Amino acid sequence: MSDKKASRENDNQPQSGVNGVGAPQVAASGTAMRVPAREPARSSQNAVPRRRLLQGNEAMVEGALAAGCRFFAGYPITPASEISELMSVRLPRENGTFIQMEDEIASMGAVIGASLAGVKSLTATSGPGFSLMQENLGFACMAEVPCVVVNVMRGGPSTGMPTSPAQGDVMQARWGTHGDHPIIVLSVATVAECFEITVTAFNFAEKYRVPVILLSDEVVAHTRENIVLPESAQLEVVDRIRPSVPPQWYKPYADNSRGVPPMATMGDGYRHHVTGLVHDQSGYPTERSDEVKTQLKRQMRKISSGFGEIQLTRSFMLEDAQVAVIAYGAVARSAKRAVRMARRQGIKAGLLQLVTLFPFPRKAVDQVLRQCKAVIVPEMNFGQISREVKRVNRTCRVFTVNRIDGQLITPAEIFQEISN
Amino acid sequence: MKMEKVEQLRHYYLRHDKKFPHVWCPGCGNGIILGSLIRAIDKIGLSKDEVVLASGIGCAGRMPVYADFNTLHTTHGRALTFATGIKLARPELNLITVMGDGDATGIGGNHFIHAARRNLNLTAIIINNQIYGMTGGQYSPTTPYGAKAATATGGHLEHAFSIADLAVTAGASFVARGTVYHVPHLDKLIEQGIRKNGFAVIEIMAYCHTQFGRRNKMGDAVTMMEKLRDRAVAVKDPGAAGSPGTAVAAGASDTPGAAASAGALDSDSLDTLDGKFAIGVLTDVEKPDYIAEYARLRAASRLNAQNAGNAGK
Repeated sequence: MSDKKASRENDNQPQSGVNGVGAPQVAASGTAMRVPAREPARSSQNAVPRRRLLQGNEAMVEGALAAGCRFFAGYPITPASEISELMSVRLPRENGTFIQMEDEIASMGAVIGASLAGVKSLTATSGPGFSLMQENLGFACMAEVPCVVVNVMRGGPSTGMPTSPAQGDVMQARWGTHGDHPIIVLSVATVAECFEITVTAFNFAEKYRVPVILLSDEVVAHTRENIVLPESAQLEVVDRIRPSVPPQWYKPYADNSRGVPPMATMGDGYRHHVTGLVHDQSGYPTERSDEVKTQLKRQMRKISSGFGEIQLTRSFMLEDAQVAVIAYGAVARSAKRAVRMARRQGIKAGLLQLVTLFPFPRKAVDQVLRQCKAVIVPEMNFGQISREVKRVNRTCRVFTVNRIDGQLITPAEIFQEISN
Repeated sequence: MKMEKVEQLRHYYLRHDKKFPHVWCPGCGNGIILGSLIRAIDKIGLSKDEVVLASGIGCAGRMPVYADFNTLHTTHGRALTFATGIKLARPELNLITVMGDGDATGIGGNHFIHAARRNLNLTAIIINNQIYGMTGGQYSPTTPYGAKAATATGGHLEHAFSIADLAVTAGASFVARGTVYHVPHLDKLIEQGIRKNGFAVIEIMAYCHTQFGRRNKMGDAVTMMEKLRDRAVAVKDPGAAGSPGTAVAAGASDTPGAAASAGALDSDSLDTLDGKFAIGVLTDVEKPDYIAEYARLRAASRLNAQNAGNAGK
């Protein structure tokens, strides 16, 4: 169905004109360790071609493995199940562990546990399961446990439309768990990005000690495209920084210039306490106002000080654009084609594709809003990112194109809005 | 155990940089359980680095923070899920979870039965005080029929189940029940549970004089503890028949009809305020070790991948 519509456009090549720092491979700066990707078992499988016809979900598995993920816990759900299925085959080969838990709450708990034990961990789900994960996601934010959560969005709310695409979980990805919390939300539009941005997601999670939500949707997840998997040597893979002090000096939540404390692995001699309660720098529960403030502010600061590299966007024909489309996920593919259609008609149109949704890439969006007369925000919901765009907007006219009927927004629909 | 030794253990296993006093009420049995746990670990000879003590939420959930192991205070009911992830990622660690009755079998009931079925090598200590204590005495899955609670001021309408029986039915390979009165016995049960290669459950009958006893006119902490002594009936340990350690001085074991053998269901008696219940090892069976099974799967997968690779060349 809509898969074909989306894949007809040859959008799977890595795009040039990247705004912000980083993408395709995230440039990890600062003090993070740079370690080449290790794939022990890969050497025995040299026959694996690097050019592969893959589904979005499958490319995410390849990306996760390339990033060093060696643990997956999940629960069956459409349209994310292929990730579980492939992980159950691939992980044991790579000396990793796959487990199907009794529900998504348990999956998220197991993922956090494995990460605390030093293993990069992933889970994948869709809306209903993502709702169940919110509780332990909050724990991962509070205890600063790196992990990646894929949400292949389907029609909602509730059980909604399991086999149809949507983008209704954007705000949930940012604000789903209770309380103010630091979190990173990324999105993918192509199969190539499913690989590449999954690596980025792990790198961000490890570098900032946060859960990273990776939003896909049913169209991207089930579209098959030919992509070239990069050699592992070309990939930059970031691992969490481990403590270098003797165990008795270790303060698991002490501040430093980056705001990201080194993370000890359970069982390595750095015995400490991990809790979802607000804690002091030793990890012990506290309600002392000065300690609470210090910890929570640091948790927010570690993200805000990384805006430069976290806020990833991609621009297409934006240089002289007077009308811009701001889109993400599968809709960005329709938008790209719509921009081409508009250009053929002599309209100076361009596309700003948001890869990072949160922290909202205000700088890049602001630039587009200043430059253009009109901005169009198409999305498969009633308007979630358009609210963010309007929030940062001062002078530009912002139009929305929304669909919530389980169908991908077509290039023609966006083109029509551009022409108006 | 000599007092000097007790003192040494306390200093060795409790955290020096954690501010005391602890959160538990004076007279609470949770400290007795922490003591039993420490003695069991010391007896086995595990190093502090190879023990992970994980808990959920509630009074029981506060236990790990005082102990000098790798400690984890998770979300309500989810301790076993976190423990599962840690164990799979680092099988050489000894995972012990501490939960309350509401934590393990109310909000965490689904995780509990599946952990039992899965049979990963974890030890689950469940402190059953028949009430949600920390939040103010609301009824829990083990509050007896007719008992008063903050949310059952007119008497509880629902029925309690037996945690140990639930564990047996769900497939746990080791299930035992002890009380905070029978302390040397409890030390031994916890030790056996930790040593067991498989999912081990130790249900510990405790009391909450603050939230449960007061409402139900059951007296002070000492009176409630004596009540536990009188209600408990020792069973023969199926795993170690004739072992003297299991011969427990149970106060009123002469009562006919008490749960005197392993497997006899205690659901009915635990649904009352004074019925007899069995203590001792209720189940001890051997099942395939999950970690070993997964290692086998890994080896087979690698071999398959290699063969496929060779075929491709």
